[in-house]
Amino acid sequence: PKQWAVLKRDEECMKLLSAMTQVVPPILSVTPCRALVDEKFKVLVENLPPGCPVTVRSLHHSEDKDDWEAYGHYVSDHSGVVSVSEDLSYGGTYTGKEPMGLLWSMRPVPGSRPGLRLRKMNVCTPMLVTISVHSGHEGFRDQAPLASVLTERWYMAPGIRRININEQGVQGTLFIPPGPGPFPGLLDMWGGGGGLLESRAALLASHGYVSLALDYLGFDQESENLEFKYFETAFNIIKDHPQVMPDRVGIFGLSLGSLVAVTLAAYSTIVKPCCIVCISCNHYYPARGSTVTSKFEGVTRWVLSLSARVNEDNQVIWKDVALEFITDPSNIAEVGRINCPTLLVNGCDDQNWPTVETAEDVARLMREAGKEHLLSRLAYPDTGHLIEPPFSPHFRATTFVMRSSKEKVILLWGGQTKPHSDAQEDSWRKILSFLQFHLYCGPNLKAKI
Amino acid sequence: MDRKQCCVKLSVQPSRGLMDEKFIVLVQNALPGSQLTIRALHQCEDGHSWEAFGHYTADTTGTIDVSEDPSIRGTYSGVEQMGLLWSLRPIPGSKPGLRMRKKNIQTPMEVTISVYQGHQTEGFADLVPLSGVVVERWYMAPGVRRIPVTEGGLTATLFLPSGPGPFPGLLDLWGGGGQLVEYRAALLASHGFASMAIDYLTSKFTMETGKMVDNQYFETAYRVLQQHPQVCGSKIAMIGLSFGTSMTLKMAIYSEVIKLSAAVCISGSHVQPVEGSVEEIMGFFQKNAGKTRFNEKNEAIWRDLLLPIPTDPSLKADVGRLQCPLLLVVGEDDQNWPAQESALDIKEMMARAGNSHLLTVLSYPNAGHLIEPPYTPHARSSTFKTVEIQEKVMCLWGGQTVEHSRAQEDAWKKILVFLRENLYGGRNPTSFSHL
Repeated sequence: PKQWAVLKRDEECMKLLSAMTQVVPPILSVTPCRALVDEKFKVLVENLPPGCPVTVRSLHHSEDKDDWEAYGHYVSDHSGVVSVSEDLSYGGTYTGKEPMGLLWSMRPVPGSRPGLRLRKMNVCTPMLVTISVHSGHEGFRDQAPLASVLTERWYMAPGIRRININEQGVQGTLFIPPGPGPFPGLLDMWGGGGGLLESRAALLASHGYVSLALDYLGFDQESENLEFKYFETAFNIIKDHPQVMPDRVGIFGLSLGSLVAVTLAAYSTIVKPCCIVCISCNHYYPARGSTVTSKFEGVTRWVLSLSARVNEDNQVIWKDVALEFITDPSNIAEVGRINCPTLLVNGCDDQNWPTVETAEDVARLMREAGKEHLLSRLAYPDTGHLIEPPFSPHFRATTFVMRSSKEKVILLWGGQTKPHSDAQEDSWRKILSFLQFHLYCGPNLKAKI
Repeated sequence: MDRKQCCVKLSVQPSRGLMDEKFIVLVQNALPGSQLTIRALHQCEDGHSWEAFGHYTADTTGTIDVSEDPSIRGTYSGVEQMGLLWSLRPIPGSKPGLRMRKKNIQTPMEVTISVYQGHQTEGFADLVPLSGVVVERWYMAPGVRRIPVTEGGLTATLFLPSGPGPFPGLLDLWGGGGQLVEYRAALLASHGFASMAIDYLTSKFTMETGKMVDNQYFETAYRVLQQHPQVCGSKIAMIGLSFGTSMTLKMAIYSEVIKLSAAVCISGSHVQPVEGSVEEIMGFFQKNAGKTRFNEKNEAIWRDLLLPIPTDPSLKADVGRLQCPLLLVVGEDDQNWPAQESALDIKEMMARAGNSHLLTVLSYPNAGHLIEPPYTPHARSSTFKTVEIQEKVMCLWGGQTVEHSRAQEDAWKKILVFLRENLYGGRNPTSFSHL
C-alpha cells in the first residue's frame, strides 16, 4: 500500500527535498488569499519530489496572544503536488479529505493555557493565518518550514459600514452593507458570556443584512432589570433605520440570545419579528413578564447552589440541572404564541443546556398551538452548544467567567470536533438560505407578481 | 416603491482578489426575464472616474451569472466574465488621453459593482441602483513585503513573497516614460518571485546630476538582488516592456556580471547601437524622430523610428549569443514600437545562430503596445511624456480593446508559466488555473 512505499522512501525523499530546497523551495499557494471567514480556500503545494511526505500546517496568533494551529500529514503525488482540497490527510489535527481542515481543526498549540476560546473582537481587521509546508510527518516542527504564505480571513466584506450604537439606552454595533438598500435587518445576540461579539453580525452584513450586534449583558446597566423594553428599543432602531425594510427585520440568537428571540416573538406587543433563528435554544422563562437577565442570574445562582455536575476533568455541566428546571411547564416561555417562521439549530451533544429537549418541547408546544408549519429544526449528532459560523475552531470546554461572582469555571459545551465542524458548515448554509427566503423574498413577493 | 426592487441580490466572489484573479458576478432574485444593467465604477488615484457596463436579461430563475450569460450590449458584449474590468473606460466628459495606472500598490483598487433596472447606457449617476457591492483588487498578496532599495545608488523597490524563501529573483523594467512603476513587480511577488522594480531613467541619481545611468546600474541591481539572503542567486530573470526590452536584451547578451535564467521582452525591439550606453541608445531613437507619423486624430505613431530593421549588426543586439530562454510578447497592432518586425528578425537571427530552441514568441493580432497584467483597461492612445521629450504628446499605442484584453490575459498566464518553468523548474503548474 502507498503508506509502506512512503515509509521506505521517506529518508531518500527528505534528503532530496532538502537538497532541492537549497536551490528553490516548494511552491505553496492559498486561493483565494483574502476571503470572508465562511468562504472556502484551496491550499496547493507544488514542486515537491514525487511521493514525498510533508505536513501542511496553519498557524494563527490570536488577539489574546495565544497560538492556534492545525496540521495534516500528506504525501505528494507523482507530479510532486499536494492538494489539500483533493488529497487525504493521513493524520494530524484532521484526517481524510478536508479542504478546510486547516481552519476548523485548529486548537491551541501544545503548552498553551487551558480552556481557551478563539473569538475575534476587532472585526475591522482580518484574521491572519499562516499556512506553511514542512518536511516529513513526525517531528515536522523540528525544522523551519519549506514555504509559507499568509492568508486573510475577513468578517467584513468591502464597503460595509460599522457604526457604534449608543442611543435610547441601547448599546451595540450596527453593520450596514454597501449599496442603496433598503435591506432586511437582523438583531443579533450571543449568549450568557456577555460582552459584545460583533463577528456574526459583521458576517451577516456581508451577506446583505443590516445587523445589530447587541450588547445586553456585558456593560454597566441596571442589569437586574433588562426588560423587554431594551430589546424592543434595539429592534426598532434597526426597523426605523432609513436603509432597512421595516417589515423585514428578524432576530438571531444563540443560547441566552435565543431566549430573547423566542420571548420577544411570543410576548412582545411592540415588535413583530419577520422570522427568528435560535441556535442552542433556551426557552427557560419562569415568572413570565419579568426581565431576561435576572432569570439568567437566577439560573446560574441556582445551578451553583445545587452544585451542577462536574466531570472528572473538572468541567462544569449545566445541562442536567437545567433539564430539571424546564420540565416544569410554568417555567417555560409560551412558544405556542409565536407567529413567525422559526428555525431551531441545536447540537445533540450539547452539555451546557438541554437544547435537544428544548427543541422537542418547542416543537410540541407549537404543534399544539397549530403553529407547526412555522417551525424548522436542524439537529446535529455529536455537536455541542457553541454552533458558530463555519470553519471556526471547535471548543469542547472553555473558561467561563461568572458575571456576578467573577468566578472562573471551565464549562463543558460538548461536541466532537469533526461532526461539530460539519454541523457549523451545514447549519450556516441553511440559516442563510432560511434568512434569504424569509427576509429577502418572502411569500408576499410572489403574490404581488 | 416597487417591492421587487428590494429583493435583487448582487454578489461578487471573491470580494477581495488579486488583480489577475477572476471573479464571479452573480445577480439573484430578479424578476425572471427582466432587463438589467450591471455596471462597474472606479475612481482612480488621479480622481478620474472609469465605468464599464453590460446589458443582461435575467433567466427563468431570476439569475444572471456574468461568467456564463451574455451581455447583449454595453462596453463589452457576449459572455465576458471579466468584462466589467477590462472594458473600463473614462466616463463621458472626461479629459482625453487617460490611462489607468496605480501608483500606490499597498492599497487595493476599489470597484463598485451595481445592478440597475432596465438597459441603461448613460446618466448612471442620477439613477439609484437596485443593489451594489464593493470589490477590492490587490496587486499585493498578504504577507508580500515591499522594500525600497537605495543601495548602490539604485532607485528601486524589492517585493519579497511571504515565507522563508529562498525565492527566484526578477528584475522588472518599464519603458521610456521612466518613474518607478511597482505594480507588475508586486503582482509577480504575489506569485512567488522576489521582484525588483527598477527606475533607470528618472532615478535619484539622474534627477540630481542630470546624467543617465550607465550599464553598471543594472549590474548593481542584479548584484543586490542576487546577494539578498532570501533570493536564490542562481535563478534570476529579467522582464522588460518597451524600452525596458532594449535594456533586458542588452544585459542578457552583453553583461559579464548578469547571468539570467530567463528573459521576458514585451512590446520591444533588439534594434539598438550595440556598444551604446543607455543615453546613446536613447539618442539613437531620438535621431530618427523625424520618422514620427501622425494619424487623423493627431496621435503620434513612433513605430517607424526603428524601421526598417537594419542589416548592420552593430545596430542590433546579437540575439544569436543569448544563452537563456527568451519569451517575446508582441502586439501585432503595436503603433509605438515595431515589435512584430523585430520579433521576426530576432527569430531569423537565432535560427542562423542555432539557438532558436531558446525562443518563444507570443504574437497577438490586434493587440497594441501596452500589454499589461490582465484586466488592465486598454488604452489605444494616451498622453505620454518620455524623459527625452519634455512635453506631453498624444501617443498611439494601438490595439482593439477586446483582442488586446484577451492578449493581456493569455500573455500573463504564459509569462507566469514560463517564469515558473525556468525559475522553479516545475512542470504543468496547476496553481494558475484560477487565473
